[in-house]
Amino acid sequence: MPDLVIVDESLESTLDSVDQAEVRVTQAAESMGFPEEDTFRFGYAVREAMVNAVVHGNRYSANKHVRLLVIRQGPALEVRIADQGDGFRPDQQCDPLAEENLLNQSGRGLTLIRAFTDEFQVGPTEPRGTLARLVKRLPPAGSSDTSAPVGGEFPGGSL
Amino acid sequence: MSVKLNTRQIGDVTVIDAAGRITLGEGSTAFREAIKDLVAKGQKKILLNLAEISYIDSSGIGEMVSGFTSVSNAGGQLKLLNLTKRVQDLLQITKLYTVFEVFDDEAVALSSFQG
Repeated sequence: MPDLVIVDESLESTLDSVDQAEVRVTQAAESMGFPEEDTFRFGYAVREAMVNAVVHGNRYSANKHVRLLVIRQGPALEVRIADQGDGFRPDQQCDPLAEENLLNQSGRGLTLIRAFTDEFQVGPTEPRGTLARLVKRLPPAGSSDTSAPVGGEFPGGSL
Repeated sequence: MSVKLNTRQIGDVTVIDAAGRITLGEGSTAFREAIKDLVAKGQKKILLNLAEISYIDSSGIGEMVSGFTSVSNAGGQLKLLNLTKRVQDLLQITKLYTVFEVFDDEAVALSSFQG
C-alpha cells in the first residue's frame, strides 16, 4: 500500500495549534481503526511533541511555524513535527526517572512520548530546528496491546 | 473544558475536587494558583480528588509535583485520591507513584493525615 499523506500543514506557534494537531492525529487514528486506548496514547504523545515544538522550539514566536505531517504507511501512522527553533538534543536532557530528578517540575514529556509510541526519534535538523518523528502501528488482529516502545535520537533528516 | 476546581473543608483537611483537563495553559495555571492560595492561607493538609480529571499532560503532572513540593516545604502533606486508569498509568510511567500517597477511599485518605 503506498504512503498516504493525511495532513500536511504549517501551524502557528500557539497552544491552539497543539490542540489542532492532537485532534487531527486522533481523527486519523480513529479512521484507521486504532483501539481507543492506542488512539488516546498516540494523541497524547503528539500533544507532548507539539508542546515541545511550540514552547521550547519556537518559543511561541509569531514568526516561526510548526510543520505537521501525518502519513499513513500501511498499518502504521507516522507523524512528523518540525519546528524552527535552535535545535534540540535529547542526549543533553537529564533523566526524569532518576531518583534525584523525580521532584523536578518539568522534563517528563519525552518519557511519556516514548512510552506511548512504537517508534520515536527527535533531534536537530537542517537548516535549523528540531524534527520529531512518532510512529504508532495498528495492533495485529486479536491482540489487545502494542509492542514495547523504541526510542532514540533522530539521525538527521528533514520533512 | 479546562480544569474546574472546587474545595471542601473536612476537619483540618482541604479536599480539592478537580474536574476536566490539567494541561499547559489555563488548566495548569488554575491548578498552580489554587495550591498557592491554600498554602498562603496556611492549609497544610490537602487531598486532591482526581476522579473527574479526564486528562493531565506533562505540564499538569509538573504542576502536581510542584504543588507537592510547595505543600511539603510548608510542613504539610498533599495526597491524591481516586485516580483514573489513565492517570494511574501516567504516574507509573513517570515513577511518581513512589512520590505521592495515593488513595481510592476518601475516608481512608482523610484519616491518613496526621496531627
